[in-house]
Amino acid sequence: MTKSINITLNVWRQKSAGVKGGFETYHAANISTDMSFLEMIDVVNEQLTLDGRDPIAFDHDCREGICGMCGAVVNGRAHGPEEGTTLCQLHMRYFSNGDTIVIEPWRAKAFPILKDLAVDRSAFDEIIVAGGYISVNTGGAPDANAIPISQEIAEKAMDAAACIGCGACVASCPNASAMLFAGAKISQLALLPQGRPEAAQRALAMVRKMDELCFGNCSNERECEAECPKEISISNIARMNREFFKAGIGSAVM
Amino acid sequence: MNWFTNTLWTSVGKKLLMAVTGLFFCVFLALHLVGNLTIYAGKDAFNSYAEHLHSLGPLLTAAEWGMLLFALIHICTGLLLFYQNFTARPERYAVNKRAGGRTLGSATMPYTGVILLLFVIYHLFNFHFVDKTHTTIFQIVSTAFSKPSYVVIYTFAMIVAAVHVSHGFWSAFQTLGANHPKYTPFLKGLSLVFSLIVGIGFGFIPIYVSLLV
Repeated sequence: MTKSINITLNVWRQKSAGVKGGFETYHAANISTDMSFLEMIDVVNEQLTLDGRDPIAFDHDCREGICGMCGAVVNGRAHGPEEGTTLCQLHMRYFSNGDTIVIEPWRAKAFPILKDLAVDRSAFDEIIVAGGYISVNTGGAPDANAIPISQEIAEKAMDAAACIGCGACVASCPNASAMLFAGAKISQLALLPQGRPEAAQRALAMVRKMDELCFGNCSNERECEAECPKEISISNIARMNREFFKAGIGSAVM
Repeated sequence: MNWFTNTLWTSVGKKLLMAVTGLFFCVFLALHLVGNLTIYAGKDAFNSYAEHLHSLGPLLTAAEWGMLLFALIHICTGLLLFYQNFTARPERYAVNKRAGGRTLGSATMPYTGVILLLFVIYHLFNFHFVDKTHTTIFQIVSTAFSKPSYVVIYTFAMIVAAVHVSHGFWSAFQTLGANHPKYTPFLKGLSLVFSLIVGIGFGFIPIYVSLLV
């Protein structure tokens, strides 16, 4: 049954990168509880536009929870209070009539704010460019099961590959560390035979790039795995550490 | 820089330094506690433990210098990480809420660490850098803990140590890459048990000694 609620929003507004921002308050009336969080912002933006004011800028694309484009910190929680959910899949039924909701952008030195809730996450792309790929010619499609891989390993690699690169791990980390992201990206390739030939080079290059981009350092707070919309485990961070030590100490790669 | 410093000077490398030195101090805590527990067997047992320890001579001196080196690595790396992590988020959130990962121990690591550093310096000046020619270690300890202020400071410091260890112990294994579906839950449990042993084991000694005198 559809219900409507009235809520108050405290939204971070910032005109552009590098300028001072601040919170502004908006009242959202008659919000259907069937709406997603982003649809609720759409409704607020429509009213802002009609009033001749600047609508709230926010990132979004597929609105199906698979692209990794959306994300904001809602009442202190990345992607809001629901576990394993992106902001676009968070529904207004999780809020009550009269609630005040504080919406902030991802905050990290490595993710500069572009406008309002939209942040620049190209730092993640740079980490991928540093080594998050395999450089072998695949040729024609190989036969299925030509390389035997156990179900367990395939599942682990797939769990790591579920990362959509939304940045919630960095946003929720008390240290703004990107180790869950880097761990997942290193793991998905390190687990499979196709990724092994370049594993040492990859681990060193991606970790060094991550440091260069001014992300913080992991202190095993575990907030990232609790907030990750794809529920990626910190066992991937442990695997990244193993790969890094193997590469840094055990391999000939400089 | 060469390959070695290049590896250790990364975020993962610095974590490794924290983990290795931290685990070393966990072993030290366990040994120190076993030694201290001889106080429950009476004055003579405690004094004889101290005597046997000091009869190790150069071995003990080597261990002390090794510990100083490890302490310097743990403290300097920890402070550097704390500074870097602070600057990694120049603008803080207006609303902070935990998602369930953070614990009392993990959230307070830098602060409990600094308190422990101050305590260790205080502790060394109380019991280590003192003239022991005309007295026994038991006398020094019982004189110190006859003052309520010492009992309060020491017991408080041991609670802080327990909180620090509760996160540090399992966290060191995770950093070393030892994460396993079978053993990690056990290590997390062991971390909690070890922190309780440290807190209760060390924490009751000042109270016990103060009741003796």
